[in-house]
Amino acid sequence: MKTNTIFLTLFFLLVLGAVFLTDCSQRTTQTIVEGDAAQQAYVPPGEYDEFYAFMSGGFSGQVTAYGLPSGRLLKEIPVFSKYPENGYGYSEETKAMFNTSYGEVPWDDSHHIELSQTDGEFDGRWLFVNGNNTPRIARVDLTTFETVEILEIPDVAGLHCAPFITENSEYLVSGTRFSVPIPQEDVGIDTYQENFKGLINYVSVDPEEGHMELAFQIEMPGYNYDLARNGKGKSHGWSFLTTYNSEQAHTLLEVNASQKDKDLLAIVNWKKAEEYLEQGKGQTRETSFYHNLMDESTSIVNSTEVTETTILNPQDCPGMVYFIPVPKSPHGCDVDPTGEFIVGNGKLSADMSIYSFDKLMAAIESEDFAGDINGIPIINYESGLHGILQKPGLGPLHTEFDGKGNAYTTFFISSEVVKWDVESLEVLDRQSTFYSPGHLVIPGGETRKPEGKYLVAMNKITKDRYLPTGPELAHSAQLFDISGEKMKLVLDFPTKGEPHYAQAISAGKIVPNVKKFYRIEDNGHPRAAKGEGQARVEREGKEVHVYMTAIRSHLAPDNIEGIKMDDEVYFHITNLEQDWDVPHGFAVQGATNAELLVMPGQTRTLKWKPFKPGVFAFYCTDFCSALHQEMSGYVRVSPANSDVPLKWGLNNENTTATNMREQAEQQLAQRVDD
Amino acid sequence: MKQLLIALGGLSFVFLISCGGGGETASQSPAATAQEAEPPKADPKGIGEVKEVNLTDPLEESMITTGKAIYEMKCSACHKLTDQRVVGPGWAGVTNKRRPEWIMNMITNVDVMLAEDPQAQKLLEECLTRMPNQGVSIGDARALLEFMRKNDVETVGEKDQAANQI
Ligand SMILES: [Cu+2]
Repeated sequence: MKTNTIFLTLFFLLVLGAVFLTDCSQRTTQTIVEGDAAQQAYVPPGEYDEFYAFMSGGFSGQVTAYGLPSGRLLKEIPVFSKYPENGYGYSEETKAMFNTSYGEVPWDDSHHIELSQTDGEFDGRWLFVNGNNTPRIARVDLTTFETVEILEIPDVAGLHCAPFITENSEYLVSGTRFSVPIPQEDVGIDTYQENFKGLINYVSVDPEEGHMELAFQIEMPGYNYDLARNGKGKSHGWSFLTTYNSEQAHTLLEVNASQKDKDLLAIVNWKKAEEYLEQGKGQTRETSFYHNLMDESTSIVNSTEVTETTILNPQDCPGMVYFIPVPKSPHGCDVDPTGEFIVGNGKLSADMSIYSFDKLMAAIESEDFAGDINGIPIINYESGLHGILQKPGLGPLHTEFDGKGNAYTTFFISSEVVKWDVESLEVLDRQSTFYSPGHLVIPGGETRKPEGKYLVAMNKITKDRYLPTGPELAHSAQLFDISGEKMKLVLDFPTKGEPHYAQAISAGKIVPNVKKFYRIEDNGHPRAAKGEGQARVEREGKEVHVYMTAIRSHLAPDNIEGIKMDDEVYFHITNLEQDWDVPHGFAVQGATNAELLVMPGQTRTLKWKPFKPGVFAFYCTDFCSALHQEMSGYVRVSPANSDVPLKWGLNNENTTATNMREQAEQQLAQRVDD
Repeated sequence: MKQLLIALGGLSFVFLISCGGGGETASQSPAATAQEAEPPKADPKGIGEVKEVNLTDPLEESMITTGKAIYEMKCSACHKLTDQRVVGPGWAGVTNKRRPEWIMNMITNVDVMLAEDPQAQKLLEECLTRMPNQGVSIGDARALLEFMRKNDVETVGEKDQAANQI
């Protein structure tokens, strides 16, 4: 025990020394950037980037889309954090996206981007990303770049190991980072070994709509599940998950969870799990989690509580789960494009283990096991091994592939990316990064068909890269050209939050499907005003509903009277534009939530509580035309007991034609589409 | 309606003069550049996919119904049925001023019309708000035209007076 601790301390000191040394030596721009680098990243005005890189926003809770090779930020997509820029999470339609079994949770820590796949290739339809803290998985629709669904995962903690996708988007696989008592109960933390359990979760994805559903969970020993990948090609049907803390320590993990020389890689046969599920081997258990789904026609989020989950136990399901030892404190777990090689990296090991799927299958076939854990067989380490990549660097984290037989691994401690040959396990090249890279991404690098032209390393530390901005610096992403034999640093650019992973896809797979506006004819929002003739104000008891339209360059109605102090006012803004890139904003004085940004053809609602009698201005926040400043109006608030009649108008005309709406709708229904 | 046309033309003329004369950097203004170039020949049919429209009498009732619904949803925010200009010009008498092809091209190909058609450009100079592309199909634009013809009968008592304009 004691010698172990001393060894560890020495190891850390060594590692620190390595960081320090590399920091001081040969880290100047001149030595690493070659003359034409800028030209390679330059995308001239009027031209598009070749790739979209979607980066998770880490503690910002969001996702950002960057162009590659330019490194330009194209868009921030709000996912797990409320977003005042457009009212996401504040508008009445999107509030429910934040419902969880813990109540409304308006933030998270987003980690891993997974693009949907068909036949092991990106299909450009959806993007999935996990919320680490309040375990959940979100789906972003890539035709609109909007978050359209969030599914909570019950009875797990720190959903770090998520949401890894199978090659036809059958499932999103996830595992709990922290094991917890299941079901939750008030027990001593030192009863960890007997009471704490880990779950591996399979969320199915509807092939047409993309809707997610928690299909089943597998109850596992109380370890920490860290990262996962699914097999592809020949290994399709299997999942691989790294675990650490097989010691089941519960305090001072940095020492106590590093006692064993090796941790474990979990190997799950999910096709077998499906069979067991069908045979009724699953046990249903009461629980609570939320499923929040946006209705496409109304763009309103509906939130449902789900109260049951199905659990499969490996003891009842032989042949479903296996373990194999993996180097100490593993992080990355990556499958090469052929599906044959699985790379397991130990943060605290200088070596990397590369497993062979064929050998793993042969070992399972011949029951080449070294015992079991709770009925889960442990495959003999050597039997499943393709080979060991010896001392390629310090602190290997993640690996991606270029489709030409090469792998690229980030080394957190020695701050570099190392290129190596998957088959021969030869190191081919190494390039410094600035500094401490975590994940890296190659467009399609986790699929069967990588486009090995660029590599982006996502660094955890940024010293000396940008203008200093106080105690904190933006994190840096570094773009390497990997089309040649040697990697070439081309560009670095700052990122939002701390991106934990990215996936990059050919722009050509997304651009043709991008929605340019919402068809006003198809707007199914129950409070939409589909035409200025439908603009009106209606009182429903204490609620006042303002059906407002926006078009360049006015809001209708623009004068509203008859609101009283006790009222709750709902501004339903319909943007009548059918032209892309013309959203209209809506802001009202005294709004305590946010503003709105309403896309062409869409309806969004802002709730507003009058705060004192008077006349208050509202206006459009998105500069839309030469007369944008004129796009405004007033709402008058009277005391609660006053008898000011409800009145609204535009240009002093009351737009009271209530039956005009019905007429228009009838006429539209009759209309023959040509 | 001839007078109206002249009045409209006169208005934009005044606008151009005041724009060109008032600015110190006249040579850099888009209006000035346009003047230097060969003035484009105005096609009374406008620019776009619509080359020939057959107008029938009596008016087609089902098209009027559709046209009215589209007007209310996509056009009424900026165009009144009278001759009052709000954000865009009022519609009363429009078929007496513009060829049916021009009207339909303006609706369905507005960005190109605003960039290249002299009549559309004149209107932009008057209204100062670009007419939005409202995603109207050619079929729906035809229905709108029928609704405009009906509106012209009701508001100014005459329709299609510009139908054969050269
Ligand atoms: Cu606006």
